[in-house]
Amino acid sequence: MTSAGPATPPRALAESGKPLARLSGFARHAMAIASADLLKLKRDPTELFTRAVQPLLWLLVFGQVFSRTRAIPTGALSYLAFMAPGVLAQSVLFAAIFYGIAVIWERDLGIVHKLLVAPASRSSLVTGKAIAAGVRGLVQGVIVFIIALLLGVHVRLDPLSVLGVGVAVFMGSALFATFSLLVACVVKTRERFMGIGQLLTMPLFFASNAIYPITMMPNWLRAIAEVNPLTYLVDALRTLMVMGAVSVTGVPLDFAVMGAGIVGLIVAAAWLYPDLAR
Amino acid sequence: MPAPESAIATDGLTRRFGDRVAVDRLTLSVTPGAIFGLLGPNGAGKSTTIKMLTTLLPPTSGSARVSGFDITTEPARVRRAIGYVPQLLSADGSLTGAENLMLSARLYDIPRAERKPRIAEALAFMGLTEFARLLVRTYSGGMVRRLELAQAMLHHPAVLFLDEPTIGLDPIARRSVWERLQQARRQFAMTILITTHDMEEAEVLCDTLAIMHAGVIAALGAPAELRSQIGPDATLDDVFAHFAGGAITEGGSFRDIGRTRNTATRFG
Repeated sequence: MTSAGPATPPRALAESGKPLARLSGFARHAMAIASADLLKLKRDPTELFTRAVQPLLWLLVFGQVFSRTRAIPTGALSYLAFMAPGVLAQSVLFAAIFYGIAVIWERDLGIVHKLLVAPASRSSLVTGKAIAAGVRGLVQGVIVFIIALLLGVHVRLDPLSVLGVGVAVFMGSALFATFSLLVACVVKTRERFMGIGQLLTMPLFFASNAIYPITMMPNWLRAIAEVNPLTYLVDALRTLMVMGAVSVTGVPLDFAVMGAGIVGLIVAAAWLYPDLAR
Repeated sequence: MPAPESAIATDGLTRRFGDRVAVDRLTLSVTPGAIFGLLGPNGAGKSTTIKMLTTLLPPTSGSARVSGFDITTEPARVRRAIGYVPQLLSADGSLTGAENLMLSARLYDIPRAERKPRIAEALAFMGLTEFARLLVRTYSGGMVRRLELAQAMLHHPAVLFLDEPTIGLDPIARRSVWERLQQARRQFAMTILITTHDMEEAEVLCDTLAIMHAGVIAALGAPAELRSQIGPDATLDDVFAHFAGGAITEGGSFRDIGRTRNTATRFG
C-alpha cells in the first residue's frame, strides 16, 4: 500500500471481526463521542441552571395552587408529591427534545462530516450522543430532585431508590435525545427543527401521567398516554422517588419500555445519521 | 494484498440528484504519492465527487476504489485508509486543539499508549504546540485549517481528501497550509486529492489537474501541459476559462455561496 511509510498504524484490533473486539470498539467509540460532548458541558454548565427555572415554577406555582383545589385524585399522595416526579420527567423531556439542535449545528459546520468518515460505526456515534444526553439529564435531575426535597416532598432516600431514579432519568434523557436526533436527521434545518420541537413537547407532556393520573383521562387520551414513553418514565420516577406511591404500569415494564425504545431509536438514528452529510 | 496501482481509481462514477446529474460517468486514476487537483466552478461536481470517494454519499452508478478498497462494498476499509477535511469548519470550536485531536485518535483506534505522542507530533508538525490547550474558537482561520489537517492526518492515512483547503484564508495562512501539505506528502508518502478554484493553489500544489465542468472532466494533465495546450503565454486562468467555459465564480447555488461565506466569516 502507498502508506507503507514509517508509520502505518496498528489496525489489527479494530479490523478483527471477532464479536468481542467489535463490541469493545463500539464501546470505545461511543465513549469518545460522549466524553467530548461532556467536556463542553463541564466548561459551560450555565444551561443546567437556566433549565432548572422552569421546573421550579411548576413546583412552586402550579403545584402549590393545585394542591389547594384537591381536584385531582392522587390517592395517598399530596398533589405536590404526585407531580414532583412528573416535573422531573418534564425537565428531562424538555432538555432532551432539543438535543437535535446541537446535531444540526454540527452539520452546518462540518463536524458531522468529519465523524462520518471516521472508521467508527454509525451506531457507536449515535450511542455516544445518547450517553452524553443521559449524563446531562442526570446532572439536571439532581437539581430538580433537590428542589423537591426542599419543598417538603417525602422523597425516598434509600440508596437503591435513588439509584433507580438516576437510571430512569438517564434512560429517559437518552431516549428523548435520540428521538430528537432522529428528527434532526429528517428535517435537517434549524428552523424546521425548532418548529417541530415546540410542536412535540406539549402534547407529549399533556398526554402523559406527569401532572394528573391516567385514570382521570378520557379513553382516547388514555390510549395515547399508554404508548407515550414519558408515561413510563414518570411511572418509574414516581414509584421510586415518592414514599407511598404505587406503580400503575409496573416498574419492570417501565424500564423495559424505555430500554426497547432506546435500542429501537438508536438503530433508526444510526441508519439516518449519514443523511446529514449528503 | 498487492499494492494498488492507483491510489484512487473511478470507473463510470455517477451521481444524480433527481433529474440533475452532478457527476457524470467519471473515470479517472490518481497515482500513489501525487497531489491531484480537481478544479471547477461551483456546481461542477467536485464536492459530490469527494463525498462519494469518502463514502459520505453512495454513487448512483459506477464504481471507485480508494487505496485498493471499493467505496460501495468496503466503506469501512476505505474510511480507515483515508483522511478528509471538509470545506466546512470541522474542528469543534468549544473544545481545545488537543481535545479535538484526542477525539480523532480515539475514533481512529490509535492505541492508548500512542495517542499522546502522536498528538504531540501532529501539533508540532502543524506548528500548533503552544496553542494546544486553547479553545479552537480562539484560533485564527489558518490555525483552524492546520488543526483540521492534523486531525485528518493523525492516523497517517494513505489518501487525504481536502475540499477547498484554503478557502477564506489570507495569503500567508494559505502558504503555510501548502507547505505543510507538501511536507506531509514527502514524509508520509501520502496521496492528496484537493478541490479548489484557486489557480495559484492549483499551480503551486498540484502535480495533476482535472478541470471539471458540469459533472465531467473537461481537461486533464499537469499544470504546464494544460497551459501549453492553450498557448505559449497561457496562464491557468486561461486554461480554466477555455475548458470550464467562463468565469471561475459563475454558477453555484445560493446555498453554496452562503456556505462559503459563512465558512469564511467563521474563520475571520
